[in-house]
Amino acid sequence: MIPIENYLVLSATLFSIGLMIVVIKRNAIAVLLGLELMLNAANINLVAFNLAHPERLDGQMFAVFVIIVAACEAAVGLAIILQAYRVFHTAVPDSISTLKES
Amino acid sequence: MIYAFYIFAFIAIASAAGILFARRLFHAALMLLVCFLGVAGIYAVSFAEWVAVTQILVYAGGVVVIIIFGIMLTARITGRPTAVANSRWFSGTLLGLGAMGFLITLFVRGSFGNGVMPASDAKFTMVNRFGIELMTDYMLPFEGAGLLLLITLVGAAVIAATRNKNSIS
Repeated sequence: MIPIENYLVLSATLFSIGLMIVVIKRNAIAVLLGLELMLNAANINLVAFNLAHPERLDGQMFAVFVIIVAACEAAVGLAIILQAYRVFHTAVPDSISTLKES
Repeated sequence: MIYAFYIFAFIAIASAAGILFARRLFHAALMLLVCFLGVAGIYAVSFAEWVAVTQILVYAGGVVVIIIFGIMLTARITGRPTAVANSRWFSGTLLGLGAMGFLITLFVRGSFGNGVMPASDAKFTMVNRFGIELMTDYMLPFEGAGLLLLITLVGAAVIAATRNKNSIS
């Protein structure tokens, strides 16, 4: 049986890599990739904690709902990015600064 | 089984790091696909077969395709592949390593017990139990997820649609 700590360390690593991608990359779609990675890391935790209580399926059920919501988020997020690209002709979030003062 | 876990974990972490260092956005999306498949393998070895199948269907089959669509639609008209510039290396690395250290310390210090092998029942496999729970205890969230997907479908289509200035609203 795989110890639960292994899952937790794996998910912490994936989450931190996703966080680094969100902060470092300068493209809105790359930021979305990092977000998906972070959601996957959370899902690994849910499945791992379900292993400690195999008579219930709450963790796996929650993981499936997280996957559904993540798919919705990716679709709406990309629609917004496309519309912003059409208006500003760029997919770099830092250069879309109309609301910023000066 | 633990070797399979380590192999899948290595695939997932290596391809996630590949996204971080990828020069081109398209390569990053393909490496995200590999990472999703690695995570699906993790689910498969931890008695979550249905989650693994959903991961492959929805993430590897759906989300990655949407993201590749987005990359192609936001590519320059010249047809050059989109290169991703990086910024804030210092603060990003600091934040990532800090979060990793904090989480791993937290997880290693705490005691979460060991995983238990699910009782194997000849009559009900894991997927059977999943379906039964989905149609009994989790009926309301299931319908809510369907409603959310419908709203997303309509919303994404409305947001991404091109509007003519001449047409009404």
